[in-house]
Amino acid sequence: MTPDVLVIGGGNAALCAALMAREAGASVLLLESAPRAWRGGNSGHTRNLRCMHDAPQDVLVEAYPEEEYWQDLLKVTGGLTNEHLARLVIRASSNCRDWMRSHGVHFQPPLSGALHVARTNAFFMGGGKALVNAYYRSAEKLGVQIRYEAPVDRIEIDNGRFIAAHCTVNGQPERITARACVLAAGGFESNREWLREAWGQNERGEWPADNFLIRGTAYNRGVLLKHLLDDHGADRIGDPTQAHMVAIDARAPLYDGGICTRIDCVSLGVVVNREGERFYDEGEDFWPKRYAIWGRLVAQQPGQIGYSIIDSKAIGRFMPPVFPGVKADSLPELAQKLGLPVDTFMRTLDTYNAACRVGQFDHTALDDCHTEGVTPAKTHWARPIDTGPFYGYALKPGVTFTYLGLHTDDTAAVRFHNQPSSNLFVAGEMMAGNVLGKGYTAGVGMSIGTAFGRIAGTNAAQAALASQQPPALTDKSPEAIKNGANHAIA
Amino acid sequence: MQSLEALTRDARALANGEIVLSAPEAEVARQMQICNACRYCEGFCAVFPAMTRRLEFGKADIHFLANLCHNCGACLHACQYAPPHEFAVNVPQAMAQVRGQTYADYAWPPALGALYQRQGLTLSLALAAGLALFLVLAVALKGTLWSAPGGDFYGIFPHNLLVGLFAPVFLFVVFALGMGVHRFWRSITPATSGAPLSAPAAAEATDAVLRLKYLDGGHGDGCHNEDDAYTLARRRLHHLTFYGFLLCFAATSVATLYHYLLGWAAPYDLPSLPKLLGAAGGVMLALGTAGLWRLNLRRHPLHGDAAQKPMDRGFIALLFLTATSGLALWLVRGTPALALLLCLHLGAVMALFATMPYGKFGHGIFRTAALLRHAVEKRQPNPIGLGAD
Repeated sequence: MTPDVLVIGGGNAALCAALMAREAGASVLLLESAPRAWRGGNSGHTRNLRCMHDAPQDVLVEAYPEEEYWQDLLKVTGGLTNEHLARLVIRASSNCRDWMRSHGVHFQPPLSGALHVARTNAFFMGGGKALVNAYYRSAEKLGVQIRYEAPVDRIEIDNGRFIAAHCTVNGQPERITARACVLAAGGFESNREWLREAWGQNERGEWPADNFLIRGTAYNRGVLLKHLLDDHGADRIGDPTQAHMVAIDARAPLYDGGICTRIDCVSLGVVVNREGERFYDEGEDFWPKRYAIWGRLVAQQPGQIGYSIIDSKAIGRFMPPVFPGVKADSLPELAQKLGLPVDTFMRTLDTYNAACRVGQFDHTALDDCHTEGVTPAKTHWARPIDTGPFYGYALKPGVTFTYLGLHTDDTAAVRFHNQPSSNLFVAGEMMAGNVLGKGYTAGVGMSIGTAFGRIAGTNAAQAALASQQPPALTDKSPEAIKNGANHAIA
Repeated sequence: MQSLEALTRDARALANGEIVLSAPEAEVARQMQICNACRYCEGFCAVFPAMTRRLEFGKADIHFLANLCHNCGACLHACQYAPPHEFAVNVPQAMAQVRGQTYADYAWPPALGALYQRQGLTLSLALAAGLALFLVLAVALKGTLWSAPGGDFYGIFPHNLLVGLFAPVFLFVVFALGMGVHRFWRSITPATSGAPLSAPAAAEATDAVLRLKYLDGGHGDGCHNEDDAYTLARRRLHHLTFYGFLLCFAATSVATLYHYLLGWAAPYDLPSLPKLLGAAGGVMLALGTAGLWRLNLRRHPLHGDAAQKPMDRGFIALLFLTATSGLALWLVRGTPALALLLCLHLGAVMALFATMPYGKFGHGIFRTAALLRHAVEKRQPNPIGLGAD
């Protein structure tokens, strides 16, 4: 049977689209490329939603007005955003939670160690996988058809109008027609070859992306994204090297390391590169405001590796890392154990230690502990690293998701030659780059996915239900061409 | 099978006076290290807030956390690191395995802790022995298992004989359970701040026990059974079982008072208090255990420790047998089947009581102790100043 709406993808944005389309009265088929155990893409690794609110709201304290949210977004993206779409996401984040609750999502006050976002972010009880489970249960109950292990490798588009998707089920190719389609199949972060090509070769002759770890799903291979951009000439947005990228434990698994591989002690010590040299102000700002730049900083270092060095004064002041740090009673011993050049390392540490001007140490404020006469400076929380035992954590860039995507507008339509498609929509990571040109701030990925997932689902249902005729049976149906042309003009 | 290397390492650690973790304990420690770096599950129950007060997990911490865990399954279904992820985090299962070990470790007398390893055998032998005891007694006393019409219980087994049989067993059970939980308490107290029990802490823990707060999922929709959907069935059926058991116990206690203080001899008919309590309790216990049995059969295979299924089901079955045989006695009173059924009921009750310190019954006692220590600990300043940062 031909569904009204075909949703390609199985994460938060896809599920929001499927639920909205179903609620609007459309029949919905959702295709998830992963097996059931790995369903949900990167959404399973998320933990909260950045929410605008003008007054305290259940789990959210104080207020986080639209303007402040917008300024935060403007700052992290350095202006690489679209104000109209960003404000649409921000406003949607203020009133989507009752709908989320109605589909079984539970919210809770912030987690210990995450109190700094108590005002801005609503946490999912149990995290993103609990949210994904709730949405799948609700979707099944509402009669959304769900198929796992059904990767779509290409779609038929006629004159900007979606006709059918081609997927593989149990090794058999299958053609699935639908009256409208939502693409929500994620970025291309788990496509190693594409990452390699996008990042290219650096001046040292290295291929930086070869040393990246992927914090999320192994299933976001960007197959459809590439297909839409290269084969259908869909309008694109964003730079393929831009991504949500943090510095994570170098021992993390290649995929799906998630939240627990983060190393949160950077601002409490120093970070050196493979040569034993510091390369950036570790105390520039509060860690939650800076964690998202360190992935890129490490990616620019030789060997794409960094080493976070702390002494025992820092223990207990940061989220405990998942793997134990390399421990030593002296700094030279630590350098040796980490495989760093001892002399350079000691020169760096001695210079740093001597440059520290310690005032009143306070990790909860931008305190007055800073360095003088050392480059790069450490502008806050600078205390000599002098109290053994000492600990070191190797850091690698961890990609969460990529920002290259499909250009869209406030209808979530996919655009061809700057014309919106009448029945093909996009949501989630495949279009997040419209709002996030670079940088990241906690919980905004879920805000974008939820807002655009819901818009895409609603508009897809509307497009499907409005179309009087069943979809064309063949690619060359004159009806489809006529339809597509009409819509493209409209 | 431990490898030679592991055995050597353990032997060396023992010689150095270090505490060696068992394999299940080491698995909990490994998983807690991962959970402590994630913390998404903090809202579900008491285990995760207790975890965040620690950076390392020693033996006593692990025993405490294992008994604090209600095996509700919420953290398993929500876990981004659950199998098939290579981290293979399954907190309910790891905790259940340690819990099973702690029941045996802390049992009194220690030698009888071994009974936990063979629960199926233990419970069937106890039931067989209980049945045999009363059947032989009945034959010895009356020469027949077919009672005369209109007979009553004490016509078959004199009151003093029953008291003489059950009172020592009951007193032993109370003592053995008390000793067991005392040993557990002593071992986890230093690891849980060492502070003494306060009235507010006791009140909070009592509330958590009586309402089974930690089977509510943290949001009130309940816990998990066969899949990732929340259900209140486990909580409600536990309530039926627990309060049904208490009502039956209350019926016996009231009857004892009637007998000794007021000189009113059994049987008590409706609408007497013992009868009302016993009938209501029996029905609740029968329904509760039947429901728990059904849930146990359908339980998600990754929940808990499969090796403990015989213990769980044996205990449920024995409670069910006790409840239904008790109710049946009411129906067959005045018929010749009374004596036989009475033997069955008393045998089941005897087996249930005798195995209490060495079976599933202990889970409620140990968990209550852990909840009390948790309520004490959470009122102390957090030793890790992370929240402030």
